[in-house]
Amino acid sequence: MLPTLRIGPLSIQTPGLLLLIGVFLGLSLAERFAARRGLPPERMYSLVFILFLSGIAGARLSFAAQHAAAFRAAPLSLLALDPALLDPFGGLATAGLAALVAGRRWRLSLWATLDAFTPALAVSAVFIGLANLASGRAFGAPTDLPWGIPLWGEVRHPTQIYQAVGSAMILAGLWKRFGRPALPGNLFLQFTALTAGLILFLEAFRGDSLLVAGGLRQTQVLAWLILAICLGLLEQRGFAPRNE
Amino acid sequence: MISAQPFFRRALWAAILLLGLGWILFSRSGADSATSGPSVAPQPGFLSPAFELTDRSGRLVSLADLRGHPVILNFWASWCAPCRAEMPALQAVADDYAASGLVVLAVNAAFQDEAADAAAFLSSHSLTLPVLFDRDGRVSRLYQIHSLPTTFFIGPDGVIRQVVIGGPMSAASLRIRAEALLTEAP
Repeated sequence: MLPTLRIGPLSIQTPGLLLLIGVFLGLSLAERFAARRGLPPERMYSLVFILFLSGIAGARLSFAAQHAAAFRAAPLSLLALDPALLDPFGGLATAGLAALVAGRRWRLSLWATLDAFTPALAVSAVFIGLANLASGRAFGAPTDLPWGIPLWGEVRHPTQIYQAVGSAMILAGLWKRFGRPALPGNLFLQFTALTAGLILFLEAFRGDSLLVAGGLRQTQVLAWLILAICLGLLEQRGFAPRNE
Repeated sequence: MISAQPFFRRALWAAILLLGLGWILFSRSGADSATSGPSVAPQPGFLSPAFELTDRSGRLVSLADLRGHPVILNFWASWCAPCRAEMPALQAVADDYAASGLVVLAVNAAFQDEAADAAAFLSSHSLTLPVLFDRDGRVSRLYQIHSLPTTFFIGPDGVIRQVVIGGPMSAASLRIRAEALLTEAP
């Protein structure tokens, strides 16, 4: 666990740094294949910029609306560089809406655009595992296995490493498909299905699962639903390569 | 997989989904997946490590004695700019929510701070919230403090709800977290 990296007087939050590296490497990889999916790289970066700005603004405004009294008492907090004051669902909704408007204006295909961003998502998933390892979050259940890691007073499953390795395997498995023509959307659906399957499997080893009725793990139930939707869509849409 | 006949492919999807359901049922939570309980660690979901430190008047303050009260535990030093920036907001929260039972403790990392500098900072900002002094670094090590400021939000049951590494935390952020702790208070 290495939550902060100290370089002289600077103290850098390692998880955030790893996530930034993941997004940077992912976008660099996606840029190589974007044009083949009908998305010029400069348009891809414009879309990322719009997603980022609208996501942050939407997340902050949505959070402020939910906690209006606290922001009335401290209105300058609306501009604070505090990631805790963001509502992820509000951010996702706003970013999605902005992306839809931009996509329509630029006449982008939704499925082809999702395919174009899949390499970025696949690389980022590996770094999410590494960021969790650095922060000690998403930790495993206690274990006697020889590869257990000491964390939070117990020897635990290294679930963060499982997650990073599993995501790296998905990245390697899909690598050849990044540049291969296929029905638009299939690459994204395959990545999402594989990732949902990985989460469904690995959640069993977590020590911090949110539980629902009967001791079921909420994340596993959601991952199973996402897996079922992706497989259903893949089946319904077929696997025929795109005619180009 | 791509070239498989539709029947076999559908059978494979069905098998995968059935296996997934089986795995969900097989891996239903045992006691080891719940993080709250007797385990002690400086991490959300765990019991906060117990400690005793002296305050400005030399009085011994024990975290265990505050069980039943929500606690905000902030580690700081006078040389740390974000710590200094968020201290007025901490003071405001301490004042505004004291009557509701919220306790704000500012633990000065005295083993890496100058006592005179810390005292000068406290008096120049008229800070009256309880300040404890970690002179040998024992409590900072207990809470695995890697950088300052670090703030723990502890529920009335002694379980850590949130940890914020770095700062400065905004006033709204502190108020929202304080109110979240107070809504759980017995």
